[in-house]
Amino acid sequence: MDQSKIRNFCIVAHIDHGKSTLADRMIEKTGVLTLREMQNQVLDNMDIERERGITIKSQAVRMIYKAKDGEEYTFNMIDTPGHVDFGYEVSRSLAACDGAILVVDATQGVEAQTLANVYMALDHDLDVFPVINKIDLPSAMPQEVKDEIEDVIGIEAQDAPLISAKNGINIEDVLEAVVHRIPAPEGDATAPLKALIFDSIYDSYRGVIVFVRVRDGVIRKGMKVQFMATSAEAEVVEVGYFAPGRFVPGDELTAGDVGYFTASIKNIQDTRVGDTVTDSARPCEAALPGYKKVMPMVYCGLYPADSAHYSDLRDALEKLQLNDASLFYEPETSQALGFGFRAGFLGLLHLEVVQERLEREYDLNLVTTAPSVVYKVHKTDGEVFDLTNPTNLPDPSEIDYMEEPIVNGEIMVTTDYVGAIMQLCQERRGKYLSTDYIEQTRAILKYELPLNEIIYDFFDALKSRSRGYASFDYELKGYEKSDLVKLDILINREEVDALSFIVHKDGAYERGRKMCEKLKEEIPRHLFEIPIQASVGGKVIARETVKAYRKDVLAKCYGGDITRKKKLLEKQKEGKKKMRQIGNVEVPQSAFLSVLKLDNAD
Amino acid sequence: MSKDLSIYVHIPFCVRKCNYCDFLSFYAKKDVVETYFAALKKEIMLAAKELNGNSAGKDGQAMSGNPLVKSIFFGGGTPSFVEAEKICDTLKAIKTEFDLDPQCEISIEVNPASAIYDKLVSFKKAGFNRLSIGAQSLDDAELKVLGRAHTGAMFLETFENARKAGFDNINVDVMSALPGQSLESYIRTLEKVLSLKPEHISAYSLILEEGTPFYDMELDLPDEDTDRAMYHETKEILARSGYHRYEISNYALGEQDDPKYECFHNKVYWKRGNYLGLGIGAASMVDNVRWSNVRDIHLYVDAQMSKVDREVLSPEAQMEEFMFLGLRLVEGVSIEEFKRQFGRDIWEIYGEVIDKYAGLGLLEYRRSEAGRESVENTYLRLTDKGLDVSNTVMAEFIL
Repeated sequence: MDQSKIRNFCIVAHIDHGKSTLADRMIEKTGVLTLREMQNQVLDNMDIERERGITIKSQAVRMIYKAKDGEEYTFNMIDTPGHVDFGYEVSRSLAACDGAILVVDATQGVEAQTLANVYMALDHDLDVFPVINKIDLPSAMPQEVKDEIEDVIGIEAQDAPLISAKNGINIEDVLEAVVHRIPAPEGDATAPLKALIFDSIYDSYRGVIVFVRVRDGVIRKGMKVQFMATSAEAEVVEVGYFAPGRFVPGDELTAGDVGYFTASIKNIQDTRVGDTVTDSARPCEAALPGYKKVMPMVYCGLYPADSAHYSDLRDALEKLQLNDASLFYEPETSQALGFGFRAGFLGLLHLEVVQERLEREYDLNLVTTAPSVVYKVHKTDGEVFDLTNPTNLPDPSEIDYMEEPIVNGEIMVTTDYVGAIMQLCQERRGKYLSTDYIEQTRAILKYELPLNEIIYDFFDALKSRSRGYASFDYELKGYEKSDLVKLDILINREEVDALSFIVHKDGAYERGRKMCEKLKEEIPRHLFEIPIQASVGGKVIARETVKAYRKDVLAKCYGGDITRKKKLLEKQKEGKKKMRQIGNVEVPQSAFLSVLKLDNAD
Repeated sequence: MSKDLSIYVHIPFCVRKCNYCDFLSFYAKKDVVETYFAALKKEIMLAAKELNGNSAGKDGQAMSGNPLVKSIFFGGGTPSFVEAEKICDTLKAIKTEFDLDPQCEISIEVNPASAIYDKLVSFKKAGFNRLSIGAQSLDDAELKVLGRAHTGAMFLETFENARKAGFDNINVDVMSALPGQSLESYIRTLEKVLSLKPEHISAYSLILEEGTPFYDMELDLPDEDTDRAMYHETKEILARSGYHRYEISNYALGEQDDPKYECFHNKVYWKRGNYLGLGIGAASMVDNVRWSNVRDIHLYVDAQMSKVDREVLSPEAQMEEFMFLGLRLVEGVSIEEFKRQFGRDIWEIYGEVIDKYAGLGLLEYRRSEAGRESVENTYLRLTDKGLDVSNTVMAEFIL
């Protein structure tokens, strides 16, 4: 294919500024889909994505556009995940593009995520052009927003298309701008194959479907290819491009193309995002830059609410992993929760998404234990190991010292909230590095933060203290020695392993107290008094008590209406079944979940 | 059908609905009341036809003859709200249609009211031999919050009139844990009632039921400690005055196990005897078949005898009921009787639950005659502590 007629791009925007709607309109206008086939937000396939308005898996779609110059252009639009947890996938997806459309809401102007996304695109050397959306709203201020884009971001915006994605106004202008303002790819079709994997999914019939951007050379059916990072080899069975929601097989993909191929690959681990695919017979000299192995940052225990569903959970995890190479899991056992799995995730959102998918797509009821980061434990005998489950922490006498992961965090925030955010970082044991002012009203705060301080509710706290104006990005800096302790929770004097976690010594009391308070709310009253204690190294540091109930009798039982009384008793019994038995205490599932959401901001 | 039967008659009418009441009751105009009693009479005749004589053959049982009615209970609502004549006629109809045991206990509920003497005399004359007076409290402020239409003084007057009318078996209903009630005021009520020496006392603690005005109101309820203190004081004070508790909330004059003043009708429910419910919403159980009458008065009047929720009780359901009903009684459930009725040892079915709660001190074994070591005469019952939390324990007897 003639590369000059190809445009590979993505759309970036602050949440709710209309990214997915614009994508829908462009697909509609280019005639790939009929109106009837259009489901709102075609690109967000998963229910969760559509509901939360986030993109989890990269999606790509090819459109054919007949431009005003009379030529037909092939557009490859790549939708990217929008969350920092998936930052690596985002960066790989951007690397597959040559340009980006920036969508800005005409009523809201430039917002935190707008900046973060634009800078990420510029980092990847993408040409970015702005589009002003929602111009049909009464409160739209297109001119002000144009000026703001030029002032704040520094990209030319005066001739930005003024559109309404929702109502299909001026979508043509966007399509024309793609032709003229996004550069055509400049690959060498005759050079050895060099293609970037920006995503992969598992299909039960075809095996792994690899999403690639071909930089140089050609990939065609029957060819033997090599994955450069893993050295795995496979024979290409099918190549093709993306139509919305389906795959369209073709003969080959050449330099500049975006598409997919299959090669009877059973293991998604072989096709890592960011890796380079080349021709086994004529390999390219060097892989494309930027590949790195993704390591789980956060671990937690996943248990079936009903222990009878253990094997269902195992099957579901197996299937999920086929589609999600960054999901890691292994079996583990908890005294409190029985058989389950310890699973590793890229971050807390990733964890939540996996949990939600397990519950929805596989109809499982889960209990999740408190998330934990990976600590390095240096034992007195010289052994060093990675701790992913707090329960496995050896006796303090065997520990020389411990290290915890530290991240370099960048928080972009309007100057009004700098104080509040600095306070938050302080509370989270952040080490202040610098403040850079991008312009008069915006600043980037740089902090070193322990990862375990940001995996719980840091994002929520950030948003609430900045009224949504702060955005946060981080990358792992490394490990640092830290004064950490294991906090145990005892319910009716029995240690509940599923509730143990590692915490900095200075925060132990506060956290223990909050957990006890929360558990007191969650655990129903029993026939006996239940002490709830938090302890560190066997020493109780906080305590709450669930008082015994002393009255549980039926009202006057009248005129032999036994059926009604029986229903009450049945209901009572049913409620009991949903509890976890810890010693003599029945603990509702919700208790395990509630301690994950301790709001430290109050 | 088997031989004994108890009959409940529901009179749903009230002057007004009390704030805590979730029974089937309401105010109705005279003509509605008229048609209701006409329908009731019709139901009595139809029921008698169904249960008397021929029904024995139909059920394939060897019993012959008519069931013997051992107790009749007129409840409400407020049976004393309607004209005495209607009540007496209804009783008369039952007497005509059914065979009554000469010792038949015939109770009627009344609410305290002035100028009730003549009614009480009529009731006595018609054959009622037990009276249940809904006093609830003798504190006028508490009564007002409850939405009761009487005062403490009216209760005293009613009680006096009842004695004068010749009632020698009287129950008084009292309630604890009322909004604004203190332990002292509760004890005052109790002691005033005791000074009258009623033969029976029903002492309930207020339970807020969904759908009642109380449920949605901001109430100044006694705290749990006070609530429990009231509950426990009841037993102590009544014991000192010569009453024994025979059911979670019911006390009778006389030694423990002396059934003389225990409410026979009440015990039929807990012991799973046969009972026939007449009138709207009334529940029946005969030979392990349960059913209810429709709750809507117009449906009841128009479609005479229309029954709902008919359920043939499975052996499991029978066992469950045997346990959770029987455990309401202080004497408990008879282990021997369980085996006789179900052909299986109680431990085979409920061993685990029994051990668990016996271990927690909520259940205990009791022998009716000391010194005998077999299951004969052995009963399983809730301890005092167990009676406080009976729901928790009973729920686990649901299979």
